[in-house]
Amino acid sequence: MSNPMLEVCDLAVEIGGKRIINGMNLVVPAGEVHAIMGPNGAGKSTLSYAMAGRPGYDIVGGDILLDGQSILGLDVSERAAAGMFLALQYPVEIPGVANMSFLKTALESLAKARGQEKQATVEFMRQVKAEARALQISEDMLRRPLNVGFSGGEKKRNEALQLAMLAPKMAVLDETDSGLDIDALKIVAEGVNRMRDPARSFLVITHYQRLLDYIVPDQVHVLAAGKIVASGGADLARELEESGYAAYEAA
Amino acid sequence: MENRDEIEDLVQSDYRYGFSSDIDSETIAPGLSEDVVRSISAKKNEPEWLLEFRLDALKRWRALPDPDWARLEIPPFDYDAISYWSAPKSMADRPQSLDEVDPQLLEVYEKLGIPLKEQEMLAGVAVDVVFDSVSVATTFKDKLEEAGVIFCSISEAVHRYPDMVKKYMGAVIPVSDNKHACLNSAVFSDGTFVYIPKNTRCPMELSTYFRINAENTGQFERTLIIADEGSYVSYLEGCTAPMRDENQLHAAVVELVAMDDAEIKYSTVQNWYPGDEEGRGGIYNFVTKRGLCAGKNSKISWTQVETGSAITWKYPSCVLRGEGSVGEFYSIALTNKKQQADTGTKMIHLGANTRSRIVAKGISAGRSNSTYRGLVSVHPKAANARNFTQCDSLLIGSQCGAHTTPYIESRNASAVVEHEATTSKLSEDQLFYCQQRGLSEEESVALLVSGFCREVLQQLPMEFAAEAQKLLGINLEGSVG
Ligand SMILES: Nc1ncnc2c1ncn2[C@@H]1O[C@H](COP(=O)(O)OP(=O)(O)OP(=O)(O)O)[C@@H](O)[C@H]1O
Ligand SMILES: [Mg+2]
Repeated sequence: MSNPMLEVCDLAVEIGGKRIINGMNLVVPAGEVHAIMGPNGAGKSTLSYAMAGRPGYDIVGGDILLDGQSILGLDVSERAAAGMFLALQYPVEIPGVANMSFLKTALESLAKARGQEKQATVEFMRQVKAEARALQISEDMLRRPLNVGFSGGEKKRNEALQLAMLAPKMAVLDETDSGLDIDALKIVAEGVNRMRDPARSFLVITHYQRLLDYIVPDQVHVLAAGKIVASGGADLARELEESGYAAYEAA
Repeated sequence: MENRDEIEDLVQSDYRYGFSSDIDSETIAPGLSEDVVRSISAKKNEPEWLLEFRLDALKRWRALPDPDWARLEIPPFDYDAISYWSAPKSMADRPQSLDEVDPQLLEVYEKLGIPLKEQEMLAGVAVDVVFDSVSVATTFKDKLEEAGVIFCSISEAVHRYPDMVKKYMGAVIPVSDNKHACLNSAVFSDGTFVYIPKNTRCPMELSTYFRINAENTGQFERTLIIADEGSYVSYLEGCTAPMRDENQLHAAVVELVAMDDAEIKYSTVQNWYPGDEEGRGGIYNFVTKRGLCAGKNSKISWTQVETGSAITWKYPSCVLRGEGSVGEFYSIALTNKKQQADTGTKMIHLGANTRSRIVAKGISAGRSNSTYRGLVSVHPKAANARNFTQCDSLLIGSQCGAHTTPYIESRNASAVVEHEATTSKLSEDQLFYCQQRGLSEEESVALLVSGFCREVLQQLPMEFAAEAQKLLGINLEGSVG
């Protein structure tokens, strides 16, 4: 097994003093795709926010390591610069800021934080147009204010575009499949599959086996009541589709 | 102008709504008196009519009350403590190099990417600066002359174009319009005069920045722009670099006149020193700006980005007299720390088919307070007048205030006046989203604020817009978290 990209060790997370994640352990090796499934309210989004460093998600115990380094001391943008990316369950609207200029600003900020040269504008334009085409995102959508008036599915496809452009080491996708029609689901899944790389890992949060037919995970975990209660291969997702979470919630 | 009294009446009636170089280098002793006014006029070798204009203003000024209707806390002001004739500071009194300039100010210059030479100029360093802009200005002058455009100081215009100055000075803003404008009329130091001839499109953006001789006109500046029939001019005032000034009180007057089918676009970036954390030492910016759409289908458009000063009191307005004339006001007012701003516009619809559009964006952070104050007035003859007003306030943090005070008075049943207002807080969701994608907190705030202001920023000439956007970010540093 290759080096771990993500290690979550005995993690405890509280929101406003209320314990949501409690003693959670998870390892995602470099180059692998892991899926997390679990009932509503189990703490999946909370886990993803805690990994991204969102204020208000207090880590009261344990540790999170990205590529072997603890990231608890880093703020949100520093974690992003370290390679953490979170596709949101509910992408946020940013009025007055064109989708494309947001992407460009983000890339420039990341380059600056990493001490890299910023990408030439021509190169950026070519890349963004190519990626948008692959995800069937229209040029009109690139020019519109970010997420403002985008349909639910368009927002999710746009998260996939950001993922492709920012090319993180560790990508967490929080229900990116929800709201996508069958065709869009395939397009987004293909996008993720194109990005699979020995130096990149994915944590895919989903409620539906369907997504995992296209993005075949190396492992599937069940998150219930704030911790991982079962782990297995791709088959586990199919079993869950049949039986639901009752067995785990009772535990 | 035959309608001077008419305008005076119109403007006065609004008070109940709350609208109530080759110069000698010595300094006149502080205090305001007839003698002081006489000696200012004498130093400038002014004609008799202008001296009378000033003396009349002084007399009226004494009788006028301080405007007290704005939502501003203005510390009592001692008019006798200021010197009304401040000659340029002597070289010995100035910082001798940038090493002697407030490092915080330099940091800001650095961030704005201002060349060293200009930093020295802005910070008032005593050096014999040979500005690149001198040569630039000369080429400008040639080009303007070719087009017949007059662009010079008010003092020069008084001597060279007395008829025009006499006819229009005080015609749009009557001498006793308000106490601050009245003071300016009595003691104005210098300013800019622009005349665009008939059917002429001014071949370049005019900017005070390129007017040599502009130094030291800051305190009581006076501007008069006349666009003759079918002409067009875009005028830029101010600059994004924070400017320091020893003079705390600034009372400028700007008058615009647009004839038939003429258009004037007037853009301001105001970034005077706002004072320290407590607002101490900051500039009081009490400005009166008004444009008269005198001719049919004329248009006057004000765009302002107000980020500086301890106190801002400013209402660039349009008197829409010509049939089918158009007035616009696009504004960004950003306050932080203990800054106070009470700013807005008046759109006075006199002619038929006149239209106006107001887009005001207020951003308040720190412990600051910002008020939008607007008046849309439709007079009986203004059939089919239209106004659209949009006021948006953005709050950053929980200790600041934003207020919207729109007045509408319509005396013509065919008029349509629309008003929309929103107030929002800088959202944590948006901040998190930007930061997750790699923007630092400061970059995120700057991006979100520029998105909020986009409609107004779009009105600015391109290079100016980019600078203004940077400026908004810099002025909000440290205001979140
Ligand atoms: N700000 C908050 N304050 C209090 N409780 C919260 C807050 N945010 C989330 N929670 C609670 O934390 C628990 C976990 O929520 P979370 O959003 O992580 O669930 P989830 O597994 O992502 O669910 P879903 O499948 O519905 O997206 C829920 O009980 C939720 O109500
Ligand atoms: Mg969730």
